[in-house]
Amino acid sequence: MSQAATTIYVPRDTTTISLGADQVADMIQTSAANEQQRLNVVRNGSRGLYWLEPMLEIDTDRGRVAYGPVMPDDVDDFLATECWREQAGHPLYLGLTEDLPFLKNQQRLTFSKVGLIDPLSVDEYCHLGGFEGLRCALKLSPQETVSQVTDSGLRGRGGAAFPTGKKWQTVLDTRAEQKYIVCNADEGDAGTYADRMMMESDPFALIEGMTIAALAVGASIGYIYLREEYRLSEEVLNAAIRLASEHHFLGDNILDSDKSFSIEVRLGAGAYICGEETALLESLEGKRGMVRAKPPLPAIQGLWQQPTVINNVITLATIPTILAKGPDFYRNFGIGGSRGTMPFQLSGNIKQAGLVELAFGPPLATLLNEFGGGTANGREMKAVQVGGPLGAYLPSTLWHTQLDYEAFATVQAGIGHGGIIVFDDSVDMSEQARFAMEFCAIESCGKCTPCRIGSVRGVEVIDQLGQRDVEFEPDDPERLAQKVLLEDLCETMTLGSLCGLGGMTAFPVLSALKHFSEDFD
Amino acid sequence: MITEMNSTEEHNNGWQASVKRILTELKDKPGALLPVLHAIQTEIGYVPGESVTLIAESLSLSRAEVHGVISFYTFFRSTRGGSHTLQICRSESCQAMGSRELESHAKQSLQIGFDQTTSAGDITLEAVYCLGNCACSPAMRIDHQVYGRVTAEKFDQLVSALRTNVIEVK
Repeated sequence: MSQAATTIYVPRDTTTISLGADQVADMIQTSAANEQQRLNVVRNGSRGLYWLEPMLEIDTDRGRVAYGPVMPDDVDDFLATECWREQAGHPLYLGLTEDLPFLKNQQRLTFSKVGLIDPLSVDEYCHLGGFEGLRCALKLSPQETVSQVTDSGLRGRGGAAFPTGKKWQTVLDTRAEQKYIVCNADEGDAGTYADRMMMESDPFALIEGMTIAALAVGASIGYIYLREEYRLSEEVLNAAIRLASEHHFLGDNILDSDKSFSIEVRLGAGAYICGEETALLESLEGKRGMVRAKPPLPAIQGLWQQPTVINNVITLATIPTILAKGPDFYRNFGIGGSRGTMPFQLSGNIKQAGLVELAFGPPLATLLNEFGGGTANGREMKAVQVGGPLGAYLPSTLWHTQLDYEAFATVQAGIGHGGIIVFDDSVDMSEQARFAMEFCAIESCGKCTPCRIGSVRGVEVIDQLGQRDVEFEPDDPERLAQKVLLEDLCETMTLGSLCGLGGMTAFPVLSALKHFSEDFD
Repeated sequence: MITEMNSTEEHNNGWQASVKRILTELKDKPGALLPVLHAIQTEIGYVPGESVTLIAESLSLSRAEVHGVISFYTFFRSTRGGSHTLQICRSESCQAMGSRELESHAKQSLQIGFDQTTSAGDITLEAVYCLGNCACSPAMRIDHQVYGRVTAEKFDQLVSALRTNVIEVK
């Protein structure tokens, strides 16, 4: 038996582990040891085809072929039928991974390495072009790097969509002894998991992006503010930071230059508001996560009052591609003012949940039907919430809307961080509107009155509307008055709140009221 | 002040030594308070109310500031919780997949509400707003381990396994 060992890839990310991937990997490793099978188990990241996870892949002459979902109960059969020899007749056989339509029809730029490699292999990362962006940036002046980011058209992927280059330019132009790079990894929006996938499956991309940002604006210290709920991300990031430093991509004299940059991971503590950039900075400083009034902008007075680049994980992880392939390459994807690609994340009641990176512009329906395959339980789709808990609920009449910042703004909605949550026809939209207000009340930092008090009043008004034990005529003046009151309250919160939490709660509430008014009668 | 600390020291179960060591290790970090609180909670299981004075003195903060931070963040607790913390996601993606029913099942089966601990002291039930496991909703977490597509049956199995393990440990 002199055949070469076959590599079996068993993903290791939070969601695959939540389905039993650790057990699957253990079982294969134990069997390989006991039976002296020449099997080499590699823990890669997830490709993001979560309805097929745990999706196992094996190396063949034709490329990687996949099986899935391989649950712990399936492993005995997987091994008994010698699936590592490519058994096309096996019920879990999926064929070549690259040919799976869900993957093949994507445009993966930021996620190009995610799921392909062992997230903690510097060699594999470099082999697929990793750290090329950093090498390019080391040859450029700070202004040239910032200009490339500006020219790429990249906008913040955390939700606010602020032009990244403009933010960096402000920090570059502000003189200070100390500047900071802060990565916002407080991915609290329901229905989003792109940041988590990136950190767990390709942490070097984030580290490289932060390092390029540091070179561009002249910062020497970086923090990743990570939500407490993401413990695997914490472990992977800390290991990746150690490895990157050992290989001189981070730390002192990066790649023999005179540039130095360090990164530390800091854990949040269960406060959604800390995803708001100024609250995050307060939290990093060791304080309550209270929103700051702007101005001053964090780019001018950020962490400890120093100029600070604060960007989301995906924004920073996209930077290496822009530097390595040039701003025009990135800019050529997308439409209008929405350049490049966006990792959309399908969740909720959807048959094929997972991550879909596409250039901006396809209709929402493409994601829901062609990628998502309809609802998971086969019931009719009723509402889709795009952009997290502060995103609008959209009815079927708006699913033709193009996924780009401008088109979504015209229908009083936002793309946010790219989360797409599907609800079937059993959902009661007044209950969803109520939850939006309740969530705002729970998570409000309390600094401004419209958010702190308005959200509590909002719950009460929706409760009044929802009193089902009382029979109302459709044009009952008291009910109409309650609806006017709710709309008025939303307007006050939108115009009077300091930040997006109070300022955007009106999106889910008013969209539910407008598009699904029958649920409030 | 020193006398007061010494007398307290005799009345506690050694957490004071842990807090002091953690403070010595971390107090010079910029913005040290959250890392300090995390380290204390990881080691002791909660942040003892009596430790606030020690932390405040060490970090040159007022006790009010330290207390304010502990009470602001839901993750930090001032009293000991159950042996395990079980969190159920209440966010939208999980709602679309039946988390409201799962929440009722959990409360009924454990006979407690959110932020309460079972009478046996083995499980504290908490709400959580997104675990990033939205592609496999509904989700829950037991300590640091996340579980996906949790049905009432799966919930019962996991709780039962948890309780079996607790007995084995004893």
